[in-house]
Amino acid sequence: MKKLLISLFVACGFALSALPAAANEGGYPWDKFPEEKMTDMASLQNGARIFTNYCLNCHSAQYMRYNRLHDIGLNDDQIKKNLLFATEKVGDTMKTTLDPKQAKEWFGAAPPDLSVIARSRAEVGKGSGADYLYTLWRTFYRDDAKPTGWNNLAFPDIAMPHALWELQGERRAVFAEVKDAHNPAKTEHRFERFEQVTPGAMSELEYKEAVGDLVAYLQWMGEPAQGSRIRIGVGVLLFLGLLIVFTWRLNAAYWKNVT
Amino acid sequence: MAEFQTAPTGAGTGQKLLTWIDNRFPLSKLYQDHLSEYYAPKNFNIWYVFGGLATLVLVMQILTGIFLTMHYKPDAAKAFESVEYIMRDVPWGWLVRYMHSTGASAFFIVVYLHMFRGLIYGSYRKPRELVWLFGCGIFLCLMAEAFMGYLLPWGQMSYWGAQVIVNLFSAVPFIGPDLSLLIRGDYVVGDATLNRFFSFHVIAVPLVLLGLVAAHIIALHEVGSNNPDGVEIKATKNEKTGLPLDGIPFHPYFTVHDIYVAAVFLFIFSAVVFFAPEGGGYFLEFNNFIEANPLKTPAHIAPVWYFTPYYSMLRATTDLMVYVFMAVVGLAAVLAILRGGFGSAVKIGIAVVAVVAVALLKTFDAKFWGVVVMGAAVIILFFLPWLDRSPVKSIRYRPDWHKYLYALFVIFFLALGYLGSQPPSAGGNYISQIGTLVYFGFFLLMPWWSRIGTFKPVPERVTFSAH
Repeated sequence: MKKLLISLFVACGFALSALPAAANEGGYPWDKFPEEKMTDMASLQNGARIFTNYCLNCHSAQYMRYNRLHDIGLNDDQIKKNLLFATEKVGDTMKTTLDPKQAKEWFGAAPPDLSVIARSRAEVGKGSGADYLYTLWRTFYRDDAKPTGWNNLAFPDIAMPHALWELQGERRAVFAEVKDAHNPAKTEHRFERFEQVTPGAMSELEYKEAVGDLVAYLQWMGEPAQGSRIRIGVGVLLFLGLLIVFTWRLNAAYWKNVT
Repeated sequence: MAEFQTAPTGAGTGQKLLTWIDNRFPLSKLYQDHLSEYYAPKNFNIWYVFGGLATLVLVMQILTGIFLTMHYKPDAAKAFESVEYIMRDVPWGWLVRYMHSTGASAFFIVVYLHMFRGLIYGSYRKPRELVWLFGCGIFLCLMAEAFMGYLLPWGQMSYWGAQVIVNLFSAVPFIGPDLSLLIRGDYVVGDATLNRFFSFHVIAVPLVLLGLVAAHIIALHEVGSNNPDGVEIKATKNEKTGLPLDGIPFHPYFTVHDIYVAAVFLFIFSAVVFFAPEGGGYFLEFNNFIEANPLKTPAHIAPVWYFTPYYSMLRATTDLMVYVFMAVVGLAAVLAILRGGFGSAVKIGIAVVAVVAVALLKTFDAKFWGVVVMGAAVIILFFLPWLDRSPVKSIRYRPDWHKYLYALFVIFFLALGYLGSQPPSAGGNYISQIGTLVYFGFFLLMPWWSRIGTFKPVPERVTFSAH
């Protein structure tokens, strides 16, 4: 009986380990976003500049106040001079002038609000939202079959045109038809490489850095308190660690007489 | 009623005040009965910390909840925005919100462990049946509380999770559609649903929950705690004092112990709150950072992790599974008739019940039975005190193979939990089906298996070595 149960036990273990590994098979794999940009004020500020210049025309960030940019080292004057339109105040949230109804007509979908976009796009087993955005902004390519003339590897059939195309230049994607090793009847439409068609205002490396800065900003904007959260957390854990030592000794002092 | 007391002459103001109060309210008596003279077994082990921790989390949830309610707007047009307002503009709002959202998961972690402790040491056995029943009531309230609370952030997962679960009620025969309409207050989850869930979440369910917690503790202190040996400490008392030899006063021994445990717990809890508040997408689901959109169904809707074992059982109940249930009912009836040793009247009764059960299984569709299975998986816990027929309480003195059985139960429960968080797959579904059968088999066959095997002798006194 005992043996039977043990073998049953082991069998269950095997059965479980043979389960399909992850929910997110397929799709273009995401690159790792360089996390160190999150503590780099210059990167975050540059990201804020790119964001207000390129993204905020169509997208809003309606939960984000301009003056929260104080947290990344900008003062009211800098915000007013560089980032605001004429009628806005620093205490306002980042609204867009684009009419969502018109946007829906033009693009087929209203551009989503970007306040918490980096938090919402993470996937268990695939990567963080920042990883996704970092990949998305580096995988646009020309596709004449699409209404906007643009397509994307991380988000196939994306409704948004390549808003940073002037910086990156136009590229086209080269695909290859690869025979499936296990099933000769099946061929896979596999991405091979990008080809630069027209040069952009930035070199490839500059563009990569700029996108990194933009994504760092989006990630920060998703939770502006994240810096202080981590800073305070260290203090809290140090305090609790100390408390554990004291309460542990207090407990031992009481219990040493219990026989 | 107690005699009217007078403080001795020359007593200090403190003692006079206490005497004054004690003559009008049993303050000293309550303190003695529940703390300084409540004798708890001295051989408690790590499994006995989770009841206290559950109380701590409950207090934390209520306090953080009060502050969240000051800023949250239960309005479909403003709910999502108000949560972001709390996260950004309310001073320390992010901390309060993360404590509350992490607290929900922490609550289930400590409660599952607390229940498992009761399971392995037989803490639900006579005379603690009511302690267990109140506890099961608390678990039910907690599930209701968590489910309705999860709608409030008004994200995609909030919305569609609620939509899926409320729709389940429409599978109930005859009254189903009206029932789900009554719960939602609308034809789809909407503003009306949000408002009533808010009302239930912040006042109705917490009131019941607090009442049940009080009843749980009063019942426990009436009968006294069980312990890892399953020995009644009240059976061995000091002849002179009449106090249990293996018990020690809750205060100060377990108060200092629980303060230490609370510090350790808060360390782990804070590590999550400050460094991983999303819990890897399991405590705060990523999709929930997108505002609810009734026109856009997410590709994959998964409930929060603490509901996934039951959700798996719901998904496991396919048409095929209903046939398996029919076969099981038939087999059980045949066995009962042939081997049960009942009189002929009872045998006929069993046969009739079995035929009716099979007919009902055939009549209603699998979706309904899935809902029944999901509900039964929770309700069956209430019957545990009467399902367990083992001559000993604690797993320590049970046959070794019982331990493997408990391990098997745990493994399948965890597997069901994992599978419930994943999109459906054919292989996963088979394992869920086996898991569902193991889960119910464990409980329903308990009257039979818990009696067999060679049990070890239970000692007179608890096993304890000073530390």
